[in-house]
Amino acid sequence: MTTVLRLIPLFPFVGFLVNVFLGRRLSKRVSGGIACLAMLASFLVGAISTWTLVQRPSDARVVDDTVFLWIASGDFQIPLTFRLDPLAALMVLVVTGVGFLIHLYSVSYMHEETDGEYARYFSYLNLFASFMLVLVLGANFLVMFVGWEGVGLCSYLLIGFWFKKRSAADAGKKAFVVNRIGDFAFIVGMLLAFREFGTLDFREIAFEAARLSPEVTFGLISLMTLLFFIGATGKSAQIPLYVWLPDAMEGPTPVSALIHAATMVTAGVYMIGRNAALFSLAPITMDVVAVIGTATALMAGTIGLVQNDIKRVLAYSTVSQLGYMFLAMGVGAFAGGIFHLYTHAFFKALLFLGSGAVIHALHGEQDIRNMGGLRRDLPITYWTFVIGALAIAGVPGLSGFFSKDEILYRTFAGGHTLLWTVGAITSLLTATYMFRLVFLTFHGERPESAGSTAHHGGSDHGHGGGHGPAHLHDAPPTMAVPLVLLAIGSVVAGYVGVPHALGGANRIEGFLEPSFHPVAVHAPAEAGVGGGHGETAAHGEESPDADAHGGASVELTLMGVSSLIALTGIGLASVFFLRRRELAQATAARLPAVYRTLLNKYYVDEVYDATVVHPIQRTSERVLWKTVDAGMIDGIVNGAGAFVRGSAALLRLSQTGSVRVYAASIFIGVLLVVGYYLVR
Amino acid sequence: MSSLLSLVIFLPLIGAVALLFISNRDGERDGLIRQVALAASVVTFGATLALWRGFDPMGPEFQFVERRPWIPIYGIDYYIGIDGISLLLIVLTGFLTPLALLSSWGSIKKKIKEFSIFMLLLEAAMLGVFAALDLFLFYIFWDAMLIPMYFLIGIWGYDRRIYAAIKFILYTMAGSVLMLIAILGLAFVHSSATGNYTFDLLKLYELKLAPTTQMWFFLAFTLAFAIKVPLFPFHTWLPDAHVEAPTAGSVILAGVLLKMGTYGLVRFSFPLFPEAAMVFAPWLAGLAVIGIIYGALVAMVQPDMKKLVAYSSVSHLGFVVLGICAVNVQGVSGAVYQMLNHGVSTGALFMICGMLSDRRHTRLISEFGGLKSVVPKLTAAFMLITLSSIALPGLNGFVGEFLILLGAYRWDWRFATLAASGVILSAVYMLWMFQRVNYGVVTNPKNEHLPDMSTREWWMLGPTLVMAVVMGVVPNLFLRPMEPAVERMVQRVQAGQTRTVRAEPGAAGTQAFGPADPEARAPRP
Repeated sequence: MTTVLRLIPLFPFVGFLVNVFLGRRLSKRVSGGIACLAMLASFLVGAISTWTLVQRPSDARVVDDTVFLWIASGDFQIPLTFRLDPLAALMVLVVTGVGFLIHLYSVSYMHEETDGEYARYFSYLNLFASFMLVLVLGANFLVMFVGWEGVGLCSYLLIGFWFKKRSAADAGKKAFVVNRIGDFAFIVGMLLAFREFGTLDFREIAFEAARLSPEVTFGLISLMTLLFFIGATGKSAQIPLYVWLPDAMEGPTPVSALIHAATMVTAGVYMIGRNAALFSLAPITMDVVAVIGTATALMAGTIGLVQNDIKRVLAYSTVSQLGYMFLAMGVGAFAGGIFHLYTHAFFKALLFLGSGAVIHALHGEQDIRNMGGLRRDLPITYWTFVIGALAIAGVPGLSGFFSKDEILYRTFAGGHTLLWTVGAITSLLTATYMFRLVFLTFHGERPESAGSTAHHGGSDHGHGGGHGPAHLHDAPPTMAVPLVLLAIGSVVAGYVGVPHALGGANRIEGFLEPSFHPVAVHAPAEAGVGGGHGETAAHGEESPDADAHGGASVELTLMGVSSLIALTGIGLASVFFLRRRELAQATAARLPAVYRTLLNKYYVDEVYDATVVHPIQRTSERVLWKTVDAGMIDGIVNGAGAFVRGSAALLRLSQTGSVRVYAASIFIGVLLVVGYYLVR
Repeated sequence: MSSLLSLVIFLPLIGAVALLFISNRDGERDGLIRQVALAASVVTFGATLALWRGFDPMGPEFQFVERRPWIPIYGIDYYIGIDGISLLLIVLTGFLTPLALLSSWGSIKKKIKEFSIFMLLLEAAMLGVFAALDLFLFYIFWDAMLIPMYFLIGIWGYDRRIYAAIKFILYTMAGSVLMLIAILGLAFVHSSATGNYTFDLLKLYELKLAPTTQMWFFLAFTLAFAIKVPLFPFHTWLPDAHVEAPTAGSVILAGVLLKMGTYGLVRFSFPLFPEAAMVFAPWLAGLAVIGIIYGALVAMVQPDMKKLVAYSSVSHLGFVVLGICAVNVQGVSGAVYQMLNHGVSTGALFMICGMLSDRRHTRLISEFGGLKSVVPKLTAAFMLITLSSIALPGLNGFVGEFLILLGAYRWDWRFATLAASGVILSAVYMLWMFQRVNYGVVTNPKNEHLPDMSTREWWMLGPTLVMAVVMGVVPNLFLRPMEPAVERMVQRVQAGQTRTVRAEPGAAGTQAFGPADPEARAPRP
């Protein structure tokens, strides 16, 4: 068991190596097949490992696999260690399971690429999976950071996959640079953590943290966790660093599903869950996390309401749902946040893949104003998409309902009424914009002029401009199977977390809980000093079971409210975008300023450009380079040279070579010397 | 011990002498000359590896020591030996020189014999600098480096080569003259204290100097090194020299020559004058941090590829100086590691610039675009080196940068935090250049039919690609041999500082008898 963990990231890495070095010479069938098999192998190992993990008693569910000592310098010793615990196990299953389906889907979706490009695509995709698995399995911050930066790299490469397109290359670079801003904070956080704790191992930090009591004022732990959270806002697209994610939709759609919906963007949430013991010590940071998460959820939800690009709507929806997860983390409902992460992976991947099927069928069309009536031609896509939309909207019985409800309930129970209200409003927005998407895409009629406006960047999807609706074909089997499986997942995934109030056992919470409080369940030697203390510190404000049973009626009421909200949202969408579309246009026309602000995403990109990007660029060019460097410093250097040359030239004037001048100067000199002695 | 170390230093010289005997009237034996020069440098590299193999990290401080009296009346010896730090830098020199020679095969068309001789002379001088344990000998090698470099830039450079060559040599000479005076001064001080002259570094380490004397000596030495590094604001010779130098010159200049400055700080300035070092370290670190940010910002707006890489060197070397100033194990190890990294990745970047300029005879970024679809292999190599340069974990740059930041953070968190912002800026300028060169569609018809990597180019770039990965994945291979040397340097500096603290009655107290471990200089929170 102990040396098996390394296989999980290794399989996709081998797939990457094969495709990157031999890809050009392999047929599409082989290179795609290798990539899929690598993921499948990784999934199977992950599943077996998880199964053996579950066999253990719940307080011994930790397995380490140390590959070698990576960096050693003085007391700074960082082993390359992978660690499987319940939290990591869940993530591994999501990454490899959903990841495998998306690989499978890509086999058809990308078939129009040339052999070399096809292999390049799959090599990046496998490399991504490998780094993502390193991220979730890493036992210390530095190994996690390898994955953290590695997935950022793959995101960069895949967003810019169609590199000939300027916008794609720009979007890739933007994603990387914005993420680097977060990484800067993450690095400083690691430095601080190592200085404080003398280790970067998550468990050891949790042990150390257990000895501390929560910070009442803003102290070192608050600073440290805040720095990590800033890192998370980059990776997980939260305010203020979310701006890269909508642009990231320039990448191929399966990439958006895998990286920018199901896995990578949840890394920030996972990181907080991984360090729950540490974050629990910093109530100030926790409040910041909750508020930022809620604000992001609301802001992205409002933007999502008016966007016209099918993938951008989903992108803002992702930002919004990630906000929910951070809200959960911020109010201490760690299990709830991870639960939502897990259900979201199913339905958001499904929605993205569904949108990909639409785009595929329409040869690159992404504007929903040019869609309509597709449910007749694309029945599989339609029905699976509707299931995904129902799940994300929070309709009772589907997975999104359970996880979202858990978050909202915990928020309310924690006394954060304002946050709950905003969360509920966002929930309404979610249902509305999702069904706006459903109705505009699949219902009504497709506009006559729509057929010829196809565009799909560097891909070949745009080749058949003039296809009429009659020629539309639904997803081929390798695309349909992932859609159906994810749809099933979107329905049933929530049943691992049926709350106590509905007579369930919320098994996922019980399963994950030891990962959030590693001290309480492990290291009996330390239990005397730190263990009991840690328990009170970590459980102090939640004490889940007592509340859950006592507040069952509250929970049931809240459930009713959120179900009602979801149905209202769908109803609103059906009025505005199905039955009386002119109403939507009339509303937009009546509030032009609001509409334009939302359509232009609150002009945040423009503000960043004007206040950060351009000033830095202009200062660097005009002040630093041309004035300071070329003008001042080099001016002094060249000036010194000129001074030497100038003074030499002056001195040379005296060297006339004329004997009479020399004689005269000797004479004058003698006069001066004699005169000096006489006068004295 | 045997005279293996001397052999390493003189092997390139033997090669250079051998070249003298090959007559090459109309360039009819250019090929032979190139091969002989390459063979000499490859054999030298093999010999440096033999040094590594014979080196015992747990053994005495300096190994492969050789000592022969040279000018006994002044106590000047031919005295060489290496510790873990100089060992790795010698291996780096041995590694880069053959690659630099290979890189010249495509671009150097005139006076090939002279070019090859200068390259080998340069290599011998560089190896000598890292091996010398006698300050006088060190100075001889130090100045001996300048001459071949001057000619390499001045004869085989680009259009403004004369200006650049003169700027290079005057700038560096200005610094090294002061250093020479300081070296002589040290010998005099030793003579007045003990009655005899010596230039023996290990004896001079034991010299106890008054704090003010230390200041002057420290400044004289450090100015020479700061110019070489180059530390802001002494850096303006570098972009000119790099832009005008031929590719091989740039590779050696960036890969090895710049490290002379930081090596000098580690070997001489800090351990010889520890009290002065303590006073000036924050100032040096301040300049280093300015250099990190300033170099990156200026690199960002450069239209010329080589100039961009040159300014990025200012930024990267700022990290090295910062790590040294921290004077703790992680800081100094990171600094030495970063010297090696920079040699590998910036050397490779200059080779890539050279390959592009061999093909297009321009270095302007705006002349390129869309190369990924024309030369995919070259682009892939370019990508890997770009990632190494922006310190992606798993590649070499990250290990050095992180250790430096860690060491610096333990010393003074403010410097470390400011320096860490370099991770953002390096991504900006490198990725932006990469995008403008490689992504998009080919707009310039001259770029449509460029050839991809040739076999020769694989041989010169390939080793750097491999090293970028190896140094990122198994850094302990390199950290382990250097660590004892780094610890000794740190102890030496801290012992010198503790001594003075003890001497000052006011400051004596907890710190005076405190441990001399890296955390002894731990910062305020």
